[in-house]
Amino acid sequence: MLKLYDVNITFNKNTVNERKALSDFNLNIEKGDFVTVIGSNGAGKSTLMNVVCGTYGVDSGHIYLDDRDITRLKEYQRAKIIGRLFQDPLKGTAPNMTIEENLGLAYGRGKKRTLAFGISKKDIVLFREKLAKLGLGLEDRMKTPVGLLSGGQRQALTLMMATIVTPKLLLLDEHTAALDPKTAGKVMEITDRIVKENNITTLMITHNIQNALDYGNRTIVLSQGRLLMDIKGDDRKNMTTEKLMKLYSSSANDVMTDKMLL
Amino acid sequence: MNSKKIVSLIPKVILIVLLLIIINIQLSTTQITGTLEQGFIYSLLALGIFISLRILDIPDLTVDGSFTLGVAVSVMFAYNGHPFLGILLSVVAGALAGMVTGILQTKLNVQPILAGIITLTGLYSVNLHIMDGNPNVSLWKKETIFSFFEEILPENAPVKIIVTGGITLIVIIVVYWFLNTQLGMALRATGDNEYMVRASSINSDRMKIIGFAIANALVAMCGGVIAQYNSAGDANGGTGMLVAGCASIIIGEVFFGKHTIVSCILSSVVGATAYRYVLSLAMSIGMKAIDFKLFSALIVAVAISIPTVKRFVVKTYNRMRDKGGKVNA
Ligand SMILES: Nc1ncnc2c1ncn2[C@@H]1O[C@H](COP(=O)(O)OP(=O)(O)OP(=O)(O)O)[C@@H](O)[C@H]1O
Ligand SMILES: [Mg+2]
Repeated sequence: MLKLYDVNITFNKNTVNERKALSDFNLNIEKGDFVTVIGSNGAGKSTLMNVVCGTYGVDSGHIYLDDRDITRLKEYQRAKIIGRLFQDPLKGTAPNMTIEENLGLAYGRGKKRTLAFGISKKDIVLFREKLAKLGLGLEDRMKTPVGLLSGGQRQALTLMMATIVTPKLLLLDEHTAALDPKTAGKVMEITDRIVKENNITTLMITHNIQNALDYGNRTIVLSQGRLLMDIKGDDRKNMTTEKLMKLYSSSANDVMTDKMLL
Repeated sequence: MNSKKIVSLIPKVILIVLLLIIINIQLSTTQITGTLEQGFIYSLLALGIFISLRILDIPDLTVDGSFTLGVAVSVMFAYNGHPFLGILLSVVAGALAGMVTGILQTKLNVQPILAGIITLTGLYSVNLHIMDGNPNVSLWKKETIFSFFEEILPENAPVKIIVTGGITLIVIIVVYWFLNTQLGMALRATGDNEYMVRASSINSDRMKIIGFAIANALVAMCGGVIAQYNSAGDANGGTGMLVAGCASIIIGEVFFGKHTIVSCILSSVVGATAYRYVLSLAMSIGMKAIDFKLFSALIVAVAISIPTVKRFVVKTYNRMRDKGGKVNA
């Protein structure tokens, strides 16, 4: 499904700030996998996602999605089949456009933008139905500019936008980190439901080890731009936060921060 | 909530009524209709600038050049007997100029302001070439779109109002419709949140190029219509148009805000018209035409700096009050 072969990326090459963010990185994700990604600050988690969705080009290596080499595709081209959520709720939606307009834009993912009307009556019915499922009351505020919504509401909306046309791959970069614990829990719940319902192959970065083990079927641990651990199957079933921390400190050069215990 | 809205409307209504009264006292009937006609035409300029400045959120300095480009194309075709083709081609030429700025910005990574200046500078020569090297071309005794309609419409009909108003109405409808299409929505989102746009599989570079093309097409169309309205084209006619258009938009936003597409379009059109009336009034009390540019520059500078000045005043006031409080305690 998603394959990374020997991917290398270095920031600020040939300067004092040179930083190898991913080195000889290899990863193979099966169709339908829900992979959680953890690792300390600066481990390269966000870089991994940015490389997959094309925000950064790689220095060397190849990325395949469904056996198609997407290494040279532009970000907007990959977005046809990759859905994405940022940590910052402000990044995922257009604040001065209404909820239905935002959804309308997302609904056109992968299609050519034409001079047909942006939102049809049929679309609105579908949007209402889907919004109602979020249970946030957004279905009655379709004409509200998204800028007036709370961070949690925006993030839930972004999640809907990223999945309204089912993507081949969903990338979540600490998408609940900026929310208060209760809202974060709610958004995580919605995420899990949408991913399961549509059987979307997903990569989710989190700083919450408990979440990383609770959700999904596979957990990978990154350290200094490398894949440190790959936990799945029975190993994962018997894994606890404490065990994982111990394993980590015995094999990595840096320590996991407290923040990860949250 | 609703009564609050009404209360906030009162000063605006008073302002409008006052303006209308002054216009009635100060200006003659011909001046009033003439200014309205110009207001309609300059609405096209304001709408064009609205697309780059407000929708794409990028100031586009191409405007002064693409306005003259529209003047040049329109005046030369009218001079050679094709007034309608002239307007049509001024729109096309403006779109091309906008695309050049857009391509410079997106594909060649030139900074937005510089990209506009580059196109603007290049256009000086292009425009003079189009006008065969003459800085002034007169359409005296030549057919224009206005003289054409004068012939087919009944005598005594207010032809110029009908033509200018008709053009503006059509353009308003087309702009409104466009901004609600899939493409138009993608354009609006590009100015609103580029991350989101790219994550929604929209080519933001392409959107910017399209946006600048439409913006400058409208600006050039304005130049094209103005040239035939004045029966003359001036190779320096575009100077100051960006600032004049900004002033129009800012004035309009005082009345209508910028919350929805409708209010934005109304702001541009009404603002452009109000701005022309303000100029006419200023002229009627003795301002010279050579001071127009300074006047519009002042309007824009003042309007944009009001929030900062307000903040400064509030801060100073608070500081002084706090100091006073300490002395008392
Ligand atoms: N755009 C960039 N320019 C320069 N350096 C960068 C850039 N993006 C990331 N880096 C560097 O690459 C390394 C990996 O960063 P990355 O953002 O992938 O870490 P992360 O695992 O997501 O960390 P966090 O948990 O803090 O989000 C860091 O050292 C970071 O400073
Ligand atoms: Mg990160």
